[in-house]
Amino acid sequence: MNAVSLTTENLGDVMPSSEAAKAAATQPQPANDVVMAELEKAAPPKAKVYRRERLNAVLQWAVPPLLGIALFVGLWALVSQASPQLPGPAKTWASAVQLFSDPFYNNGPNDQGIGWNILYSLKRVAIGFGMAAAIGIPLGFMIGRFSFLSRMTAPVISLLRPVSPLAWLPIGLLVFKEAQPAAIWVIFISSIWPMILNTAAGVARIPQDYLNVAKVLNLSEWKVFTKILFPAVLPHVITGIRLSIGIAWLVIVAAEMLTGGVGLGFWVWDEWNNLNVEHIIIAIFVVGIVGLLLEQGLVMLAKRFSYE
Amino acid sequence: MEKYVQIDKVQMVFDTKQGPFVALRDIDLAIRQGEFVSLIGHSGCGKSTLLNLVAGLNEPTAGAMLCAGREIAGPGPDRAVVFQNHSLLPWLTCFENVHLAVERVFGQSEGKASLKKRVQETLALVGLSHAEHKYPHEISGGMKQRVGIARALSMQPNVLLMDEPFGALDALTRAHLQDELMRIAQETQSTVIMVTHDVDEAVLLSDRIVMLTNGPAATVGEILPVTLERPRDRLALANDPEYHRLRGAVLEFLYHRQMRPAA
Repeated sequence: MNAVSLTTENLGDVMPSSEAAKAAATQPQPANDVVMAELEKAAPPKAKVYRRERLNAVLQWAVPPLLGIALFVGLWALVSQASPQLPGPAKTWASAVQLFSDPFYNNGPNDQGIGWNILYSLKRVAIGFGMAAAIGIPLGFMIGRFSFLSRMTAPVISLLRPVSPLAWLPIGLLVFKEAQPAAIWVIFISSIWPMILNTAAGVARIPQDYLNVAKVLNLSEWKVFTKILFPAVLPHVITGIRLSIGIAWLVIVAAEMLTGGVGLGFWVWDEWNNLNVEHIIIAIFVVGIVGLLLEQGLVMLAKRFSYE
Repeated sequence: MEKYVQIDKVQMVFDTKQGPFVALRDIDLAIRQGEFVSLIGHSGCGKSTLLNLVAGLNEPTAGAMLCAGREIAGPGPDRAVVFQNHSLLPWLTCFENVHLAVERVFGQSEGKASLKKRVQETLALVGLSHAEHKYPHEISGGMKQRVGIARALSMQPNVLLMDEPFGALDALTRAHLQDELMRIAQETQSTVIMVTHDVDEAVLLSDRIVMLTNGPAATVGEILPVTLERPRDRLALANDPEYHRLRGAVLEFLYHRQMRPAA
């Protein structure tokens, strides 16, 4: 028993603790058996045992996700066998290698490399989301701070928030008379709500203790904002940003499909018209991976600013 | 007797959904400079309400309150508060938490080096020089409360207000911090008002114990002077008959005359 508990501690040293716990929880048996067997033999040199445990830990960490991906690809291959129009993993991979070998070519507005498409979509998201943040976060602060403003805006926000993002597109086209700003408008209007609501909730939920400190010290409004309000609300703001980026990235493909130009959404629609299904599948993966990276980046940012 | 903090006929009524709630009535209390006064009573009797009134966090509905010859109108750094749950800002280090207070009080009149020196001196006073660059989540509950005390002391307040400062700590840490507080209060000649529900704590630390009657409409039931000689030693006091007489008097008040109707 002693040996077992010792090894789990060592696992914790090698990996972030939550990962270790997960790994230990999912597959505790084989690892312990291996280690027990290892210990029953004449004890090998310490460094060697350590390396072996490290390897074990890495395997335990890597095996479940790899297994999941393998299952997914296998299932895909099976489905593509049954339905000949759907390209299988191998065919898609070959097409992807070819596509990514020259990501930044430019043969006129309707035929550009995948890299350009990704960058154009990211640019639209950045502009629309940036404007939403520039307006939504300060607005959220004010709504959280002044209950009058909160009650004033509540009905409008609750009415507009559940509206499907694409319902805003015709309004954008009408007002801006152009596709490009209309797409950005859709990103803006659909990603602003989580930032307003999360920031406001964060401000409203600042512990009374912190505000009492501000009162007792008699801090100036500026100090209260920079030293208490802002740091206390920052984690909530980042949560809002995370949700907003997720929505923005979700919406961009649909918005671009309708507005055209250069961008992932338009590219998907174009390849559908060309009946190039491999490229559509590649687009799905690209959208997924970029979304994952955005999310992970913001999770890291949130960790940096969480103070608990 | 020179009255440093004066509370005259103070009444506190809260507006609640069930109508007005009288928390405190007819509170009369005068505190000398350098005196250590405890407020004790059953929970819900308004001890903390009274402390918040002195702190200026609430305003009394009737009566007058003076501190150092000036009327108490709103909170201010001349009446520093040590909160029960330390209330340190988690995104600032211990140094920065204290510095925030020091800067507020002395930032206008003193240079950076002098402010820094003040922070370091106060942290040294509570024995935390080694932890000045740690964040609150990196230190123990007792250490956090020390930082809270340091933050309050660093402002050189006229009165130090403490709201059950050791209530959330384990018994050993609490005893240790009580001893520290006794030493610090003596060194700095602070005027202290402390809310507590711990009888031993009240007798050990106080010059006078103010016992409040049960709420609602609580008022001062009795004031018990504690004449034990300072510096006090908790071990020696354990066998001191006067200590036991005082302890008995507080217990008698709390559990006999002010028995909770249904605790």
